[in-house]
Amino acid sequence: MTKVKTLDDLKKMRNELQSKLTLREKSDHPEKMVQIKVSMATCGIASGAKETMNYLIEELDNRAVDAVVTQTGCMGYCHSEPTIEVHVPGTEPVVYGHVDTKKAEEIITKHIIGGELVDGVIPVSYTTPNEDENEK
Amino acid sequence: MAKYNNHILVCGGTGCRASQSEEIVENLKQAVSDNSLENEIQVVRTGCFGFCEKGPIVKMIPDNTFYVQVTPEDAGEIISEHIVKGRKVERLLFTDPENNEHIADSKHMGFYKKQIRIALRNCGFINPENIDEYIARDGYAALGKVLSEMTPEEAIKEIKDSGLRGRGGGGFPTGLKWEITHNVEGDEKYVVCNADEGDPGAFMDRSILEGDPHSVLEAMAICGYCIGGSNGLIYIRAEYPLAIERLKIAIEQARELGVIGKDIFGTGFDFDVELRYGAGAFVCGEETSLIHSMEGLRGEPTVKPPFPSVSGYKGKPTNVNNVETFANIPVIINNGAKWFSSIGTEKSKGTKVFALAGKINNVGLIEVPMGITLREVIFDIGGGIKDGKKFKAVQTGGPSGGCLTEKHLDIPIDYDNLIASGSMMGSGGMIVMDEDDCMVSVAKFYLDFTVEESCGKCAPCRIGNKRLYEMLDKITKGNATEDDLGILRNLANVIKDTSLCGLGQTSPNPVLSTMDNFADEYLAHVKDAKCPAGQCKDLMEYVINPETCVGCTLCSRVCPVDAISGDKKQPHEIDTTVCIKCGACMEKCKFNAISIQ
Repeated sequence: MTKVKTLDDLKKMRNELQSKLTLREKSDHPEKMVQIKVSMATCGIASGAKETMNYLIEELDNRAVDAVVTQTGCMGYCHSEPTIEVHVPGTEPVVYGHVDTKKAEEIITKHIIGGELVDGVIPVSYTTPNEDENEK
Repeated sequence: MAKYNNHILVCGGTGCRASQSEEIVENLKQAVSDNSLENEIQVVRTGCFGFCEKGPIVKMIPDNTFYVQVTPEDAGEIISEHIVKGRKVERLLFTDPENNEHIADSKHMGFYKKQIRIALRNCGFINPENIDEYIARDGYAALGKVLSEMTPEEAIKEIKDSGLRGRGGGGFPTGLKWEITHNVEGDEKYVVCNADEGDPGAFMDRSILEGDPHSVLEAMAICGYCIGGSNGLIYIRAEYPLAIERLKIAIEQARELGVIGKDIFGTGFDFDVELRYGAGAFVCGEETSLIHSMEGLRGEPTVKPPFPSVSGYKGKPTNVNNVETFANIPVIINNGAKWFSSIGTEKSKGTKVFALAGKINNVGLIEVPMGITLREVIFDIGGGIKDGKKFKAVQTGGPSGGCLTEKHLDIPIDYDNLIASGSMMGSGGMIVMDEDDCMVSVAKFYLDFTVEESCGKCAPCRIGNKRLYEMLDKITKGNATEDDLGILRNLANVIKDTSLCGLGQTSPNPVLSTMDNFADEYLAHVKDAKCPAGQCKDLMEYVINPETCVGCTLCSRVCPVDAISGDKKQPHEIDTTVCIKCGACMEKCKFNAISIQ
């Protein structure tokens, strides 16, 4: 380990190390940032949800968007996998179907950053006990 | 380096480790590698989450799912369900006792809602054995700032302005203590961290050292710079092996990085820390005894003045602060005195860590702003009294404190209010009692502790406490008279006034405060020879109600001394001269025919 010689050394070191903990810092205030849930049941995984999720994590990070990406279970839209739910603070959550990496890019640019809906929205017609609980 | 999508935080505090949290970590890692997820999931062993009642705790990041009472066998399911399939493992979620609903996110749990974590900011968040994670959380930035940008006087002023008071119990203003030590002339000065936590039921210092050891090291170095000393000593009890191990690792890592040692931050300031082990004597938490113990002498107090700030370790100026006090320092420097003093009450700033124990639903470690009420702590955070019983009293301040009752529930907690109510802050132990606790027995329990722990140097404490104990014993056996109560109070006051150190000066507090708040209970013991709570064995009798007894003979078969007689299908009877009051019969009776009178 190289020694810390000055306060600037320490600050540099901190800035490099901070990314290791950003995930934990973010989870402390999830309500303040964009939350994306990727449906990762068997059908989702088979349709490529894993690639979509990895792409989302990486791309949001590259663009320095404060977001939390988590996987969730089957949302029931097996006809439109991979599906993701995008929840921008202060707005209603929106579910998108057939999200490949290309679609994901569009969602980040237009929906998350631009604030306008893009094609492929699945209307949500039910709530789950879990969601109710989260909204408390 | 791999970029992790998920962090799994597992509590590595002493409590959770005792419930196999180490095995949970191993099994989680195994399950992660079984699913080839090593590059996506990081399993981290952290310090205490505080919710010890429901340990071991496993927290999933980023979705904040809080799993409780996890066993090593659950590890596989957590990975295969939560991580792979994205489904929460419902049976491991915390159940809200009020409505029996599962709560997934710790933020929604009553236990965490009212807490503000300053001293415990990193406990349950970082890996205490990894200095990188501490630095990522602004670790050592306060030390860097003080050394590079502030004079000792400026730093002391910041601490003074913050209003921080000693968290070990006395509540002496920390900045003032530093200033006094700073102003004393001396070629060599010492910074001592008092980690000799001795109050029964208190474990906040241990948890801070186990969960965030670097914060204490950093604060000690800041203190060293302020008072003009380059030697740090941590006096820690040998009964805290995990805290010692983590401190050793932390000191090693800090030295390697150069944040303690020679020429720190290139400013020419030297500071190093060593450990000193205590053998667990309660009196060694008193600063003069502590210093003597470190010098290799008997752990006995001496008269103050001279205060350690003037003449302490090896006769040199020594600044002694408690672990929790130190843990607050880096945050004050980073965020400023103004921020810190905005929290709390007029004369008690910031937060206080309390260890909740006794007959309370959520046993654990909490950090709350000063000025919160006992009611909020016990009922909102602590979840109320176990088994729906009635709240009777809460003991604060350990063997030096007193019992507070229902009428004190709405008083804002701070140093001065607690003293005005006949108790004290102490190190922050809170032992909650319900209607089944006998207050005379509680006072007797603490006196028993004090008698054991008295060093024996001064007569009031050595002899007086023993006599106090004997009188309490007489009361619980039903042999005392009303006159004895007067003698008891008189002796208690004499011990308070004449003892040499804090131990003896405060040891009668549990007696006096229970006498003040539960006078009826004392009177019932001496006048009617009855224990209203049904705790004092000598004052109670087990009796069988002939109306409800069906003569099943079960009680007579379990009685170890054959005190119960009676024919089959006929009401039985207990011979009270033979009965040893073990309670086995009452426990076994299926018809609730046996009661205590």
